Amino acid sequence: MKVLVCISKTPDTTTKIAFTADHSAVNYDGVKFIINPYDEHALAKGMELKENHGAELTVIHVGPADGDQIIRKCFAIGADKGIRVNTDAIDGLQVDKEIVAATSGEQFDAIITGRESIDYNGGMVGEMIGELLGIPSVSYCQQLDIDGNTASMKRFIDGGEESLTAQLPVVVSAVKELGEPRIPNMRGIMQARTKPITVVEPATGAANTTIGKYDAPAQKSGCKYIDACNAEQLIEILHNEKKLF
Amino acid sequence: MSVLVYIENWEGAFKKSTKELITYARHLASKLGVELNAVSIGNVENSAIEALGVYGLGKVYSVNNGNVAQFKAGAYTQALSAVADASGASIVVLGNTYNGKAMGPRLAAKMDASIVTGAISLPDTDNGFVVKKTVFSNKGYGYVNLTNEKKVITLNINSYQIEEAAGNVSIEDFSASVDGSKVNITEVAKQTGKIPLTEAELVVSAGRGLKGPENWGMIEELADLIGAATACSKPVSDVGWRPHSEHVGQTGITVSPNLYIAVGISGAIQHLAGVSSSKTICVINKDPEAPFFQAADYGIVGDAFEVVPKLVAAVKNLS
Ligand SMILES: Cc1cc2nc3c(=O)[nH]c(=O)nc-3n(C[C@H](O)[C@H](O)[C@H](O)COP(=O)(O)OP(=O)(O)OC[C@H]3O[C@@H](n4cnc5c(N)ncnc54)[C@H](O)[C@@H]3O)c2cc1C
Repeated sequence: MKVLVCISKTPDTTTKIAFTADHSAVNYDGVKFIINPYDEHALAKGMELKENHGAELTVIHVGPADGDQIIRKCFAIGADKGIRVNTDAIDGLQVDKEIVAATSGEQFDAIITGRESIDYNGGMVGEMIGELLGIPSVSYCQQLDIDGNTASMKRFIDGGEESLTAQLPVVVSAVKELGEPRIPNMRGIMQARTKPITVVEPATGAANTTIGKYDAPAQKSGCKYIDACNAEQLIEILHNEKKLF
Repeated sequence: MSVLVYIENWEGAFKKSTKELITYARHLASKLGVELNAVSIGNVENSAIEALGVYGLGKVYSVNNGNVAQFKAGAYTQALSAVADASGASIVVLGNTYNGKAMGPRLAAKMDASIVTGAISLPDTDNGFVVKKTVFSNKGYGYVNLTNEKKVITLNINSYQIEEAAGNVSIEDFSASVDGSKVNITEVAKQTGKIPLTEAELVVSAGRGLKGPENWGMIEELADLIGAATACSKPVSDVGWRPHSEHVGQTGITVSPNLYIAVGISGAIQHLAGVSSSKTICVINKDPEAPFFQAADYGIVGDAFEVVPKLVAAVKNLS
């Protein structure tokens, strides 16, 4: 069995996001980068398939050389192979075309992505790979078991969840229930230094979207405090004034 | 060139978010001066589709045969793309629901289109085709320029005001050849009698300040009384006090309801990332220094076990 996990690099969750003075770009000065949190769940599922099914686990990242650090972190957790496509991709479809091109010689049984990256919140990488490869995609996947040629999965739907099966290969996008993130162990960290990263040059053209402007969210005008002794006033405001219920 | 709107149904019925989406698509088409068509996929009575006429819907393609009886992302994308071709659509809009999220990106890949997911505004067409969305999990807005002729937009729930308009629905049965044979749906489990968090207009949420799962009775009671969904912070679902489906925040569900009441939640940056676009935020916390107050419209500094019962009583007193 061969499993591919797609890894994105995002600002640490505690980052206060700032923009350049002209609002044309994100100001990444001093920002610490991490593996996109949802991709950690994807990687954890990949590790489980490695442990339980002897799967070979490959991770792929599309981005410039500073992305090598997160591939090494995946090695330390236990990934077998790492591929980096050496380009600063601008949108999800461009990322996916690169992933598909860079892995075209290989047949993966399962491809796992995070449900979205916490920077651009696109939520499209897994689904688009599914379409480009003509295979089933399961979004917001919380459970994945593989038996022979069949994947059994559970995904979130509006107001509930759905169980489904699909013939391999499949691509799923992970929510946190899919797997508990792993912490690298000493042996993994030692091995991570020597495992080679395959660097692939980009194969596709320009992106279909650009972002030329950013804004910070509007500041709240200030909190109006209500005395705890008169807590019921809050209900009056929400009901009579704001007509929320 | 025309706009195609995908009117998603839930067991044959449409929801508020569908009406928001139709209004959005109609405004989009009129802004661009082009025609609007709609497509329904799955088993829906014509009368349910006709009832959407009051939101200004005209021509509706209805794909309704055995192959699309159940949602399968790949098959539904094939149907949607066939209707987009047949109707000459260059822009397709979908709701950013679970199924919309599953098929919008597939459609964009199929059409090699520009896509924006989670849109919250009509495009600005003065300089390209620029759509606003939240980025960095609500820590900012990005203005995405869709540069291809073909475009796909998924619209966030509860981000566009419904407006009625004269419309005369005409339904055309459309048969699309789709292949969903690789996928089998084995079970669908729905929570009954509960408002799904992703669609809720009002949310009552609680955190570790509640001390234990046995204390959620008052939260559920308040939520029930005002018709709200319940939510919780990450540590609360991590330890199993509440189900994972209630976890909101950067790594959980993102919500933007009209009202978010937070009880005993400190307001960590990762929590705020998932809830800060809520229109009105009320915070109840015994610590006046809790960071959540900075993101709040209304705050009560006090003990949840005293304040919440007062709120419950006050709601019961409303006539
Ligand atoms: C990678 C990463 C991702 C994360 N993602 C999320 C996420 O998606 N969502 C999320 O919520 N968190 C997330 N977190 C965790 C986040 O950092 C906080 O730890 C978490 O939100 C705290 O939850 P809390 O407010 O319930 O608990 P606490 O921080 O313990 O706060 C409890 C609050 O209750 C108040 N309190 C105590 N007793 C009472 C009382 N009797 N009456 C009233 N108030 C009382 C306290 O004053 C305190 O403010 C993430 C963290 C990381 C590192």
